[in-house]
Amino acid sequence: MILLTLFLTFFKIGLFTLGGGYAMIPLIQADVVGNGWMSLEQFIDFIAVAESTPGPFAVNTATFVGFRMGGPLGAAAATLGVVLPSFLIILFIAKWFMSFQDNFYVRSAMTGLRPVILGLISSAAFTIAVANFLPDLSSFYAALSSVNVRGLVIFGIILFLNCKWKLHPIWLIVISGVLGVLFFGVPEMMGMI
Amino acid sequence: MQAHSKRHKILLLFLTFLKIGAFTFGGGYAMIALMQREVVEKRHWITDEDIMDIITIAESTPGVIAVNSATFIGYKTAGFWGAFFATLGVTLPSFVVISVISLFFVQFKSLKIVAYAFEGIRAGIAVLIVSAVIKLSKYCPKDLFSFLLAALAFFASAFFDVSSIYLLLTGMMCGIVYQVIKVRRTSTVSGKDGDGK
Repeated sequence: MILLTLFLTFFKIGLFTLGGGYAMIPLIQADVVGNGWMSLEQFIDFIAVAESTPGPFAVNTATFVGFRMGGPLGAAAATLGVVLPSFLIILFIAKWFMSFQDNFYVRSAMTGLRPVILGLISSAAFTIAVANFLPDLSSFYAALSSVNVRGLVIFGIILFLNCKWKLHPIWLIVISGVLGVLFFGVPEMMGMI
Repeated sequence: MQAHSKRHKILLLFLTFLKIGAFTFGGGYAMIALMQREVVEKRHWITDEDIMDIITIAESTPGVIAVNSATFIGYKTAGFWGAFFATLGVTLPSFVVISVISLFFVQFKSLKIVAYAFEGIRAGIAVLIVSAVIKLSKYCPKDLFSFLLAALAFFASAFFDVSSIYLLLTGMMCGIVYQVIKVRRTSTVSGKDGDGK
């Protein structure tokens, strides 16, 4: 029965996830912690792990919780549950949108939606940049002294590689990971020695 | 021949989205740059303008953005099975990686080198998102209406934590009202022109 419960719970999470990103962490938390599948502390630890592994957060959580509660089959049931609503809804819309995309109201709605999406993505970029480069915003001086110089240098290098040679995004991610180890890891290890 | 090329396309969709899924870190937005490179520039399955539409649809419908985009692009490129295998591809890396990690959760958590690498990746991802925004902005009309809506969405979301659902609904309604007014105005103007002649 745990398989069915996992499937249904994550189906619900998949269905009510809107806007993506980390907006639905509270929703997932309510279900996962509320069901006693993870303690709050474990859940917070898991957010950190999910951030450092590939894949959408909701899918990662589904697989993780599913695996711990029901082994490989549990992981499969929970992951299927979280993906299925997206899949079905988009399949429906892809069919619908293709026959209605020339409809006046659909086109008009799209002219209003496009700028909003641009604004939302810009806001995501801004929020990520501030959280990364200016982690402490409690006061002007705190912000100034918390400036993440090494992070900014990595940002600059990646920006250069992106504009100058148009490197593939995968390479940019790999290189920024290596730079992270070099800039953050190596100094700390040297300090330890 | 037809069947063979379609099967080939489905296989390519699966592999492409497997790659995208394996390198999607930190929410769905970073993968936009990846999709632009793989699906638009390399495979020419869709255009940059389609990407804009797909993200708009993926954002305004329930579900995980990465999965929504994969399903949509898969369907547009190769029908139902295209959608199926693109979705499978984008999900599989998460599934495999997390299954392995859930066995070694405690050990993974204390892996220092992973934490350091991610300090770097978070900085790199900011570049990817910015470049995605710049590319997408080309497919948004450069008029006052679009500019105001984009600015409203940016400030409301970045500084006032307004949920994206409300902003998307606002955009949708503004778009319809704006276009209706525009059509009425041009029809009355052209009507006057007709009278003048």
